[in-house]
Amino acid sequence: MAAHLKKRVYEEFSKVVQIPHEEAPAKKLRLSKLSKSAALHIDLCKATNSTDALQYLLQFARKPVEAESVEGVIRILLEHYYKETDNSVRLKIASLLGLLSKTSSFSPDCIVDDAINTLSNENSHQVLAQLLDTLLVIGAQLPESPAVRLRLVEVAYKHLSDTYFGVRNKCLQLLGCLGLVDTPLGKDGEGPGSSQGGVRDVQSIISNYFADQDPRVRTAALKAMLQLHERGMKIHQIIYEQACRLLSDDYEQVRSAAVQMVWVLSQLYPESIVPIPSSNEEIRLVDDAFGKISHMVSDGSWMVRVQATKTLGSMLQVSPHFLEQTLDKKLMSDLRRKRTAHERAKELFASGEFSSGRKWADDAPKEKLDTNTVNLIASGACGGFVHGLEDEMFEVRIAAVEALCQLARSSPSFAEKCLDFLVDMFNDEIEEVRLESIHVLREISTHITLREDQLDTVLAVLEDSSRDIREALHELLCYTNVSTKECIQLALLELLKNLNKYPTDRNSVWKCLKFLGSRHPTLVLPLVPELLSTHPYFDTPEPDMDDPAYIAVLVLVFNAAKSCPTMPALFSDHTFRHYAYLRDSLSHLVPPLRLPGRKQVYSLDSVDSSSGSGSVESAQLFLQQSLNRVGTIQNLESPGAQDLLNFTIRDLQRLGELQTELAGAADFCATYLRCQLLLMKALQEKLWNMAVPLCLKQNVTATAAAQQILEETYKLEFLYSGLESRQVATIHHVRLQAKALQLILTARTRQGLDLLISSCEKFLQEVESFQRLFLSELPHLQDSFVDKLLDLMPRLSSCKPAELVKILQTTLRQSGLLQLKLPEQIHRATATIIEPTGESDNPLRFTTGLVVALDIDATLEHVQDPQNTIKVQILYPDGQSHVIHPKPGDFRKPGPHRHRLITQVYLSHTAWTEPSQVEVRLLLAYSSSSSAPPSTNRLGWSDSIDSLPPAEAAVEGTIPFSKPVKVFIMPKPARR
Amino acid sequence: MPEIKVTPLGAGQDVGRSCILVSIGGKNIMLDCGMHMGYNDDRRFPDFSYIIQNARLTDFLDCVIISHFHLDHCGALPYMSEMVGYDGPIYMTHPTKAICPILLEDFRKITVDKKGETNFFTSQMIKDCMKKVIPLNLHQTVQVDDELEIKAYYAGHVLGAAMVHIKVGSESVVYTGDYNMTPDRHLGAAWIDKCRPDILISESTYATTIRDSKRCRERDFLKKVHESIERGGKVLIPVFALGRAQELCILLETFWERMNLKAPIYFSTGLTEKANHYYKLFITWTNQKIRKTFVQRNMFEFKHIKAFDRSYADNPGPMVVFATPGMLHAGQSLQIFKKWAGNEKNMVIMPGYCVQGTIGHKILNGQRKLEMEGRATLDVKLQVEYMSFSAHADAKGIMQLIRMAEPRNMLLVHGEAVKMEFLKGKIEQEFSIDCYMPANGETTTVTTNPSVPVDMSLSLLKREMALGGPLPDPKKPRTMHGTLIMKENSLKLVSSEQALKELGLNEHQLRFTCRVQLQDPHSDADTLHRIYTHLKNVLKGYTIQHLPDSTVMVESIVIKVSSSAEDSNTKVLLLSWSYQDEDLGSYLSSLLKKGLPPGLC
Repeated sequence: MAAHLKKRVYEEFSKVVQIPHEEAPAKKLRLSKLSKSAALHIDLCKATNSTDALQYLLQFARKPVEAESVEGVIRILLEHYYKETDNSVRLKIASLLGLLSKTSSFSPDCIVDDAINTLSNENSHQVLAQLLDTLLVIGAQLPESPAVRLRLVEVAYKHLSDTYFGVRNKCLQLLGCLGLVDTPLGKDGEGPGSSQGGVRDVQSIISNYFADQDPRVRTAALKAMLQLHERGMKIHQIIYEQACRLLSDDYEQVRSAAVQMVWVLSQLYPESIVPIPSSNEEIRLVDDAFGKISHMVSDGSWMVRVQATKTLGSMLQVSPHFLEQTLDKKLMSDLRRKRTAHERAKELFASGEFSSGRKWADDAPKEKLDTNTVNLIASGACGGFVHGLEDEMFEVRIAAVEALCQLARSSPSFAEKCLDFLVDMFNDEIEEVRLESIHVLREISTHITLREDQLDTVLAVLEDSSRDIREALHELLCYTNVSTKECIQLALLELLKNLNKYPTDRNSVWKCLKFLGSRHPTLVLPLVPELLSTHPYFDTPEPDMDDPAYIAVLVLVFNAAKSCPTMPALFSDHTFRHYAYLRDSLSHLVPPLRLPGRKQVYSLDSVDSSSGSGSVESAQLFLQQSLNRVGTIQNLESPGAQDLLNFTIRDLQRLGELQTELAGAADFCATYLRCQLLLMKALQEKLWNMAVPLCLKQNVTATAAAQQILEETYKLEFLYSGLESRQVATIHHVRLQAKALQLILTARTRQGLDLLISSCEKFLQEVESFQRLFLSELPHLQDSFVDKLLDLMPRLSSCKPAELVKILQTTLRQSGLLQLKLPEQIHRATATIIEPTGESDNPLRFTTGLVVALDIDATLEHVQDPQNTIKVQILYPDGQSHVIHPKPGDFRKPGPHRHRLITQVYLSHTAWTEPSQVEVRLLLAYSSSSSAPPSTNRLGWSDSIDSLPPAEAAVEGTIPFSKPVKVFIMPKPARR
Repeated sequence: MPEIKVTPLGAGQDVGRSCILVSIGGKNIMLDCGMHMGYNDDRRFPDFSYIIQNARLTDFLDCVIISHFHLDHCGALPYMSEMVGYDGPIYMTHPTKAICPILLEDFRKITVDKKGETNFFTSQMIKDCMKKVIPLNLHQTVQVDDELEIKAYYAGHVLGAAMVHIKVGSESVVYTGDYNMTPDRHLGAAWIDKCRPDILISESTYATTIRDSKRCRERDFLKKVHESIERGGKVLIPVFALGRAQELCILLETFWERMNLKAPIYFSTGLTEKANHYYKLFITWTNQKIRKTFVQRNMFEFKHIKAFDRSYADNPGPMVVFATPGMLHAGQSLQIFKKWAGNEKNMVIMPGYCVQGTIGHKILNGQRKLEMEGRATLDVKLQVEYMSFSAHADAKGIMQLIRMAEPRNMLLVHGEAVKMEFLKGKIEQEFSIDCYMPANGETTTVTTNPSVPVDMSLSLLKREMALGGPLPDPKKPRTMHGTLIMKENSLKLVSSEQALKELGLNEHQLRFTCRVQLQDPHSDADTLHRIYTHLKNVLKGYTIQHLPDSTVMVESIVIKVSSSAEDSNTKVLLLSWSYQDEDLGSYLSSLLKKGLPPGLC
């Protein structure tokens, strides 16, 4: 082993000797940075053989070239190109030319001529292809110059007949990217080919290559045509037939491109009529294309199948009977027509008997088929989706499910038909497919009503062990319409079973029952006595109020009762009591009910919800009025201002609690006003003019206030979404005030002059950067602290620290309250930890030195970019704290502005003698550099970002934004 | 014309005893070598004496290919190789090679040890036979000898099932064996590339059936089992140890896990454990799901399925038992069936095809009283369910395979004649290709039209390419000038000059001359000039020269004018062209015969 290692070492060593030798030219390049071209020139001249030259070029390509020297480098490369005899070197030069022309702020029009010239003298096909590629790059860089384009297209025409496939490929690519879009369309009567001389028709030329002998060229031709389409050229309908022919090509990439081409044409000419070969009927083009593409769903290559299936989903103009054929698969057995299981299930349902498959031979084939009518190979669209849904590759199946969804959304009758198939997909072997089909069913659920047997299949999935599947299914049930009361009962039963099996699903099961109840009040009504187990004569025992299953039943019943006034009559006494309890504890699940004799208690709530939008408006008005009232405070020191602020803050907080729509805005305002209040209090200290040693105590409170204001401003800035740059400016303004306060306090307490000078400088910098950031907002900040400060700026920057502090103090005290303008929508980011609940008395035991995994489940609302900002904090009883960054994959997005964090955090600690509690909470991380509002970018300061003082570049921090949850843990000492 | 001959020794218009002889390009190949389940006499094995009387098969056959391990495809293999005598190569895929001997041994035990038959192959014979087997990989081209090559494609159906592409020169045959075009819980779908064989020999078990989607079938199956279990009944599922059994096991296993059921599932012992072991090993041959998840958990390591013991059959309470064999014709499944048949709570689910004559076939057709050996009768009270789980392609699948492979001729085997007839008609109608369905011992001959490769000299190719338009069109045949040289078994196409040089011959010039009379009052020189201007007007794009020696040259065609002796107004034009310019020359002569247009200066 040792010998082996030694050998390794020597090997490495011998390599080390060689490296400087190789690197010599590279070094030279770096030294002569002045002209890179010269260095290259020297290198290339020095190269004795082609291998060397190639080496030099390879090294050269590794380093970027500045925009100003690009042209020189290109000249030298070209010069060398003409001299070079070796193909590989020329190839490399050609590719370098392309790379260099991509350099930003370099306009390659000066080298077009040279590049085209090199083409004419080139013999090697590979080099030719590379040169054309370079031209493609150049052409792409010069979108504004039609002359260059015209020339390049001419070049492409010339080389189209090359024998090497690569050259033809590149030419077609060139034509696709640069071919003139505004070419007059070939006159319909004459068709292609009639355009002689003058402007040749790009499309007909490209389409000639649909029949090329090389599949790669055929693909390139199709791609070029698609590119033309993307660039806005209208593709002729003649192409359709050719593209259809390519659908049966031998090569998969050609077929795949052809599918796209056919699709494009079907979108362009959906209503044109095309003949059906071998008969004299005619059908719409989109139907024909649909049929042909669904034929491709049973292609040999799965890539093509995915492509075809996806494409089917976007062909919405197809006629309904064609669409329905895709789900058709005529069954037969021994030449006798057989009904599908779906049909049988439907029939059984219609006949009122539910339970299939137990009767002998109920799938026995019925009528005898005429052998001539059985069409085995599906012509057209027949059974396309049936194939797709049964495909071997789950990619195809997912694509098929998605396509079904798209089509079903636009056609209710199709949605009805594809229901059976989607329900079948719930039993797929791959979880992603199951999940996708559940989601899809939810999306189209507005069109459909589930039959009992279908619901049965759907509900069977509730026992799935995957949490995602179950939650998706709950979500689906929220939106589902069912037909009978048995369905409701079945659903409730299965949901309770689910609740029993997976207690963690509690919240989502309750939510699901809430919707189920409010959607089907009349179906629930006959079930109520049974559900609440009431009896006409006897009193039944009162159920346990903490039983999640009982709560689930109550949620269902109460929500149904909301729109069914007769229902409360069936309740027993304890039900009413439980209602009152649940209405308080689970107010989001239990709606306000008009119960006899209890009206007055809930009047406020019922007003809230019944008057709906009107109350929101009135609340909004109230909010605005309070703000206006506050706006009347002219000066921070004016008497009564404090009280007014205090009251307003209280009002706003209450408003936020009552009116959830405005909670964000109200909260925002309240916090802002609290900052002002704090500032006011700090400034109003009677003892400002006292000698320093005497007012030490006052200073402490003032310092604390300044600190608190700072924290609050960060919360204001980062916790609320929907802020506009105006509000951000206001927040920054408050922050500036707080900093000024801090500075003044520093000046009063500390005697160190150096420190004071540096903090003064820092403050001035901040004022400057404020000015820079919010230049556009300054007019709104009339008469404010900053406004005054900026007026005094020239004086400030020159004066001494002591003087500065004095000025600050007076300005701060004189400045008025800045009026807060509310944005349209403002939301507070919130987080709730669902799991752990913090209720458990059983400590989580683990051995010290090892880790224990703690499951965390939390919902986040209105958090932008949670993957980067959300962190989990664990606080141990000894004050130690850990911050854990969850994986991006742990976040799910169940709805707009909503995120769900399901993750595991690992805890570990040294041994404790007794179990104790750790706190778990979520943190919102922020950094002020990333928070620059979008409007400031428009001011153009991003260019000067390098020169920005680092002091204010990034203030990193975290805001705790969820209630801490306590978890009982017990690290046991390890036994040895 | 060369021919391909196909003779089924078994499975011709019949299911079971698959054995097909193919003669292609002078090679003889045997495809599958199976036994018939329905017979216990000589009819059970193919009639090898048909091939050759009293001589060794080795001299006649170039190779034997086994498509998969089902006994109706490989059951007669030891008999043929050891008892009849064959020493040549036998090809099968790796899983088939691994599982085949287990099944053969099991089969041998049942026939010899249980039924007490003599004159049957022994364990040693099975071992000797397997020594002759050469394993195949998917998509690997194997050269049997210099000319014969074979290639295996995935066929679904059972683990290791393969379709084979047999090729001699440019002639080729594809034999599908049994295949399945829809994937199931443990295997993928059959796939073949567009190999365009001369004959596609396909099974046609379900020639007249289009099956419902597999999801419905699976759901039905699970529902039936579940309901029966909830009633407290016992469920018997007769299966063949390998193939469907594993699919159903996976299906039930995952269902049990999802629904958290407690009723025991048993699998008849011995055989299965060994076989499951191979399923665990040959993960690459299974479907996408199993291949992707085997790192976390191999799907064939069952949690809920335990080994069966004979005594369990009398245990009270619900249970599910998989027992072999699948058609209830012998063995454990029959024993259990006899025990459970009397109780109507119980259920038997037949998941596959049953050959005529087996008990499975009888009860499926509704017979409720069965005659057992020893004159005893058995009342069948339990429920009988049929679920088509056998993984054969249905009519649609067969058509799909034809579309994939694009064969020139079609040949159906392994199915019932009536059903084949229907499918044959459909194939001929849809694809307009010939379709055959020979009976056992009947030979089908297909003439092929092989392409003959010819070497062409590069210079000639380039020259001819340059002559044509700028677009080489592969779809259109093109004529070209050249000389074909046949020499020592090779064909060469070269330019005529080179051919002359190679053969040492002199070139002979062939020229055509013709006279055209023309009425023209002008002098000879003027006439010539008039002709010159006329041709210049008509023939654009050709080089036309007026030479000083009073001739006009159009390309290489020479035109001279002389006055006739009698009439000075009648001019005689002399045209002369070489053989190569025949087209232009004859055109010119007909043009000039029409005379010169008036008004030429």
